[in-house]
Formats: sequence, structure tokens, C-alpha cells
Amino acid sequence: MTTAKGAEVGGGGILHWLLQDTMDGMRRRRAILGYLFLLPTLLGIFIFTAGPVFVSFGLSLFRWNIFKPPDYVELANYQRLMGDVRIAISFGNTLKFTVLAVATQVSIGLLLAMGVHRITQTAMRYYFRTAFFLPLLMSGAAVAVVMGYIFHKEFGPLNYYLGLMGVQQIPWKTSADWVLITIVIMSAWRNLGFTFVLFLGGLSNISREVLDAADVDGAQGFRRLWSVTIPLLSPQILFAAVTGVIGAVQVFEEPFIMTRGGPGNASRTAVMVLYEAAFKNIEYGYGSAIAVVLFLVILAFTVAQMWMSRRWVFYQ
Amino acid sequence: MTANLMRDPGDVSAGQHRLQVITFVAGKYVPIILLFMLSIVIIAPMVWTFSTSLRKGKDSFTVPPKWLPTDLAIENYAEVFEKVPFDRQIVNSMLITWGTVVGQLVSASLAGYAFARLDFAGRDLLFWVVLATMMIPIQAVVIPVFIFLRNMGLVDTLWSLILPAVPTAFGTFLLRQYFLTIPIELEESGLIDGVNQWQLFYRIYLPLVKPGLAVLAILSFNFHWNEFFRPLIFLIDNENFPITLGIFQLQGYMMTGSIAVVLAGVVMSLVPVIIIFLLGQRYLIEGIMRGAIKG
Repeated sequence: MTTAKGAEVGGGGILHWLLQDTMDGMRRRRAILGYLFLLPTLLGIFIFTAGPVFVSFGLSLFRWNIFKPPDYVELANYQRLMGDVRIAISFGNTLKFTVLAVATQVSIGLLLAMGVHRITQTAMRYYFRTAFFLPLLMSGAAVAVVMGYIFHKEFGPLNYYLGLMGVQQIPWKTSADWVLITIVIMSAWRNLGFTFVLFLGGLSNISREVLDAADVDGAQGFRRLWSVTIPLLSPQILFAAVTGVIGAVQVFEEPFIMTRGGPGNASRTAVMVLYEAAFKNIEYGYGSAIAVVLFLVILAFTVAQMWMSRRWVFYQ
Repeated sequence: MTANLMRDPGDVSAGQHRLQVITFVAGKYVPIILLFMLSIVIIAPMVWTFSTSLRKGKDSFTVPPKWLPTDLAIENYAEVFEKVPFDRQIVNSMLITWGTVVGQLVSASLAGYAFARLDFAGRDLLFWVVLATMMIPIQAVVIPVFIFLRNMGLVDTLWSLILPAVPTAFGTFLLRQYFLTIPIELEESGLIDGVNQWQLFYRIYLPLVKPGLAVLAILSFNFHWNEFFRPLIFLIDNENFPITLGIFQLQGYMMTGSIAVVLAGVVMSLVPVIIIFLLGQRYLIEGIMRGAIKG
């Protein structure tokens, strides 16, 4: 960049036009700077996000595997997908997981935040905040590995302590009835840190006067929670629900590492079947069709939540 | 809470008053006790991971679990490096994560500034496009991106993870918000002092959005340090793996034999994120809150 004083060089038409030491010259320079500054991000987003979305849609209309060149098959991949039981089960599992995981992490995160919010002693607040937040620092892979041991039927510490309380050994990972619940518990364990911090911050933003006014009006206990606290926290609750759903629909490493999708298909998820189709069986077309469906599901969820939010989210 | 107690007790009989005191004390301490029990349940897996990583290999996976690491079997930590190229994997994780973070800070601060403070045709449309791409999950683009990287010869290199992660819609959006909070008067006084447009950005604006840069750096560090899905697809040779894949491989090798070695790997993988957490938890928490404020 040349300094404004460089305008005196004059000479070339376009250079002169650009380097004029006037308000217009400055406006032009700022506009060009704007495009230059955006270039890396826009180019990157075009190559790695915006472009590939359309390519995914396009690829989903081809049959393309490792042996043969791409072959245009119209909607055949989608027809195959509709009849694929394994995919139906995996998307069903993902949906069940999403509902349970989001409900758990939002409700328990809210309870924890309301509890900690009432604590005024600094050291204790700090302790609880750290304790509830720490699991969020772990990678999904580390969580899956650690929880794989903790939920072990014979040697896991969890069943050991439940046994002391008289509970029979629970087949956390090996029973089709339990495995989704196990994955819900482990992902809630990690994500509680997120919802907790979010709600704690939201609660501290609620002005004291509003709560005192509620007190005076006699709103206490459950009624105060329902008609005062929750409405005031609704922006955070919406955010937790939207990001929770987006994250949960993409669940992958927890079942992939802990159960490999089993027993049978009981913990197979949408992203797992996408991964298997595209990168194990090397069927890019079919994999893309799964990716497109997954994308549309996430989009539908997000839009639905945003639309619903217009009716009940309350901004203070 | 205290408001209840301080209400005029004049017309309250002694018995009622005692009841009030009991409810107050119970209302105050029962939730704390419950929270305390819950906090123990929540940190227990982490404490167990650490203690067990120091147990002797052969009894690492036996009940009852041991909570105090009295065996001090440090050799488990050494064994991680024999089973997988963990030293390489630590370096890989560092390179991938820092490469991504630095790239994001540069590109997102430029773009965020442009969207917040520069005026040009099509700005709002472009901003809307960038925002819209935040809705696109990685799975929706991973197949074309993989094919692209393979054609470029980048598969099984660290670049395959860094390059696609540098352009960040979220980071751009975040930093734009920070740039917008800076009063425009500053710019006018800066221009009078004769700084050029680049200096205005680099010397005047950028230092003022340092908290925003810290928030982006920390969120992005945590996210990319912990990434699993993209490395699993884009990398082949375990010499190129980040730590997350290293632990996964380690778990496969050890089965349920000596889980102490696997957990030693997990503990080591946690060190950088815990350091970052201790240094910058203010920014981490602010980052989480930021997302929510926009609604």
C-alpha cells in the first residue's frame, strides 16, 4: 500500500484515479482493500464449502466407484437408499439419539446452572464451574476410548459400583436395548459443560430486579422457573437446542470407536453409513446421496427450530 | 432467598419462624450437596483415567477400581511411544492445530474487518453468503473435498487438514462483531494523523480486537486438536496421524489387556487443552456466550 501522499506521483490514468488524495480516492482505495481482504476467505469458502455442496448434489446422481468411471444414473442412488434397511436403521438411531441427547444435555445443564447460580461463594463457584466444564475439553475419540472401559460389562468401574448398590451387571455396550442410551449418557457427560456454561452466563445476565419483582408477585419454585427463568433464558435455550441438534445428528466417533456400530446395527449412525459407503466401499455417488439426505435433515431441523423460536424466544 | 428471612417477623409465631429457618437452611444446603455429588460423578471418569494410567499393566483393568495412583507405573507412558509413533503424532497435532489457528486468525481478521469497516459494492450480499455456509456440515462436503485433495496430491499430508480449515465463516462472523464494537471516531482521528488504510487496520484496529482473536484462537485450538472425522478420512500412514487417531489405534492394539497404556495416551492428549483452558478460560467461556447472544 502506498501512503496517501503517494498520490502526487500522478502519471498513469488508473493509478492516478486510485491514488487521488481526495475523499473519492480514499473511498476507491477502501473498496479495493475490501475485496483484497475478503479474497482468502471467499476463495477458501468457495473451494472447500460452497462449491463442494453443489458437487455433492451432482455426485449423488452418478454411480461412481473405484472400478468404473462415473456413470449418470439419475435418482437411482436415492431409490437404493430408500430400500436400504441398514440406512433406515442408522437414520432412525441418529434421530433417537438426537432427541434423547439434546433433551438430556439441555435439561441437566439448566438444573446445574440454576444450582451453581445461587452459590455466592467464589471458591465454590469456581470449583463447580471447572468440574462441570472439564469433560468438554476431551476429544470425542478420547471420551469414546475412556467410556468404552468405564461401561465395560465385567471390568468397568460403573457396573462395579452399581453392583455394590445391588444392580445386576448392565450390558451397556453389548445389548441392542442399552447401547444407544450408553452413547447418550457419554455424549451428555461431555456436552453438559457447554450447556451449563451457556445457561450460567444467561442467568447472570438476568437482572436482579426482574427476579425480585417475581418474588414480590409470589412466583416461587416451579412457577418461577416456568414463567420467569425459562422465558428469560429462552435465547440460550434455543442456541443450545440448535447447536445440540446439529452436533448430535453428526454423531460419529463415539459409536465408531466404542461399538463399531454394533451390536448388529443398534448403534450405527447416519455419518457412519456415509463413511462406510464413501470411504470403505469407495462408492462416491451413493455416499454423496447419503450426505445430501443428511444435510437436508440438518437443514430442516435448524429451520424448524428457528421458525418455532419466533413464537417463544423472548429477548430481554 | 435472603429476602424471605428478612421479612418482618413481627406477626409470625415462633413455631412458624423455626419452620421457615429449617426450610431456608434445607433450601440452601440440599442443592449444594446434590451439586457436589453430581460433580464427583462428573469428574470421576477423568480421575479414574489418570489413576489407571499409572497402574501396573496387568492389573490395570480389574475391579475394584483404584482411585489413588499408588503404583506410579510411569513406564506405561513410555510404552505409548513404542506402540505407536506418538512423538510424531504429537508434532503432527501441533502443526495441524497451530497451522489452522494462525491461518484462521489471519484470514478471518482480514475478512471480518472488511465486512465491518470497509464499504464496497456487494458487501452485504457476500456477508450473507458467508453466513449461509455456516449451516453446511462437514459431512455434506467431505466427499468432493477428499476427491479435490487427492487430485492435488494432498491426501495423507498435514495440508489436507490445514488448508480446508483455514477459511472460517464462524471466525469471520465473530471478528466482524468485535470490529463493529470499536467506535468509528477512532478511524477519523487516525486518518487525520496521516496513517494509510493498511496501517489503520493493522496498527489501530487489530490491537483493539485482541480479545476477539483470543476467543477465536482458543475455540479453534480446542476444536481442531480434538478432530477425528477428517483425519480418519484424509490420512493413511500412522506417521501422519494426529493424537486422536493415535489413541484410537492404540486402543485397537491393546484391546482390554493393558488399558493403562491407552489411558496414558489419553492423559497426554489432554495436556495442551488443559493448559489452554487454564490460561484462557475467560475467552473460552466468552466464546461460548458470544454464539448465543446473536440468537
